[in-house]
Amino acid sequence: MTDQQINDMILEIVADIAPDADLSNINPDVRLREQIELDSMDFLDIIMELRKRYKIDVPEDDYMKLSTLNGCVEYLRPHLKDR
Amino acid sequence: MNIDERIVITGVGLTAPNGNTLGEFRNNLLNGVSGVQKFTTRYLGDTLAGICNFDPLKYQKKKDLRRGTRAGSISIYCSNEAIADSKLDFETFDKSRIGVYVGITEHGNVETENEVYNLSQYEYDTKTWTHHHNPRTVANNPAGEVTLNMKITGPHYTIGAACAAGNLGIIQGVQMLKLGEVDLALAGGVSEAIHTFGIFAAFRNEGALANHADPTKASRPFDAGRNGIVISEGGCVYTLERLSDALKRGAKIYAEIVSHATNSDALDFVLPNSDRQAECISLALKKGGLKPEQIDLVNTHATSTPLGDVSECNAVKKVFGACDKTYINNTKGFIGHTMGAAGALELAGNLDSFNDCVIHPAINIDKLDPACDVKNLVINVPQKVDKVEYILNNSFGMLGINSVLIVKKYNK
Repeated sequence: MTDQQINDMILEIVADIAPDADLSNINPDVRLREQIELDSMDFLDIIMELRKRYKIDVPEDDYMKLSTLNGCVEYLRPHLKDR
Repeated sequence: MNIDERIVITGVGLTAPNGNTLGEFRNNLLNGVSGVQKFTTRYLGDTLAGICNFDPLKYQKKKDLRRGTRAGSISIYCSNEAIADSKLDFETFDKSRIGVYVGITEHGNVETENEVYNLSQYEYDTKTWTHHHNPRTVANNPAGEVTLNMKITGPHYTIGAACAAGNLGIIQGVQMLKLGEVDLALAGGVSEAIHTFGIFAAFRNEGALANHADPTKASRPFDAGRNGIVISEGGCVYTLERLSDALKRGAKIYAEIVSHATNSDALDFVLPNSDRQAECISLALKKGGLKPEQIDLVNTHATSTPLGDVSECNAVKKVFGACDKTYINNTKGFIGHTMGAAGALELAGNLDSFNDCVIHPAINIDKLDPACDVKNLVINVPQKVDKVEYILNNSFGMLGINSVLIVKKYNK
């Protein structure tokens, strides 16, 4: 997956989890939770969807790395480079 | 606390398979409109069900729907509608003095079943089991979702009482108002049962699931050809207040809840018992200081099972057999069995009789079962009567729980 594809994939997951949120102007360097209504249970849904859709297990210690869109791309790049 | 406080209904919020407001529901009950349709459920395939089509987004966001349960959503819709109907100044009302009491048949089966299915799609990897499972399946979920949605900080819980739960939710509200625990009760019952395949399969496997080529004819209480229950979803929540409070704010009063009774068969897991049912009806009459002949209308539980209907008819004959002007009807022919909602919802469908003296019929009776030939049964067409002052509402459930509610027309 390219960085853009990973970015789009994350936004697709977030759109399912926060269906009322406007995702058109997300700043990729600012925490998602500061831009849209997203609580800890929602964040766990992102982790769950990565597990279900891409078999990626994110250890709890790494959760903070997924707090921004660019952080997600960075973290997931090695996991998804061959997909 | 004043145990003699009179408790009245000042608002109604409901969703039934054939109506999403009291007016629509009543109109369809008077015009023979059924809400039973074809329905496909997981594993089992094609069956029949009563399905509600209220707009959940009227009071919830899409995310709320994703996070919560269908029972929660039905409860939220009905509770908001009940408050709106009561014309109460909700914004300024002390939310810590409101209690939410929701009757349920069961809760958690839908979510658990969905999750087990989900697990099967991921090779039973338990890491794919949702973290939402617990808040969705705790027994207080439907009532708790109401408090989250409406910012109510008073008590909330559900009353688990199988198919008697709708009446029991109301009774809980009445009691808490009398005890002075709350100043307003949102009380009634809900059911999300059609979203779990298990209830269909269990009824089918015990020979108690209705089938008919025409879905609208499948639920046919008291008809000789009845062959079981149509499972339905639905909900009905009432705004209950002490009469003194309702009068103070000039509220519209639908009815006064004048008596209730609950007892147990103590005999069988599933089979009803006509003697205990008759005792429950008699107890409600006695507690209300009423004679059988004072009751103008009895809404029977009437699930459309061969055995259940006969049992209840025997109880009705025993108590009301000598009454010339007590009319009998039932509701499940229109909407199927809304389980935890049934008691509350079916009462709502009869409330307008206080105003128009018209009794909606029991429908789908092509050939009356001789064993169900109760006196003054209103069959297939509405009946105009001289007066309706008292309505008695039966609601019975598995494990032998019986509940009876008596409501009276409010006269100034």
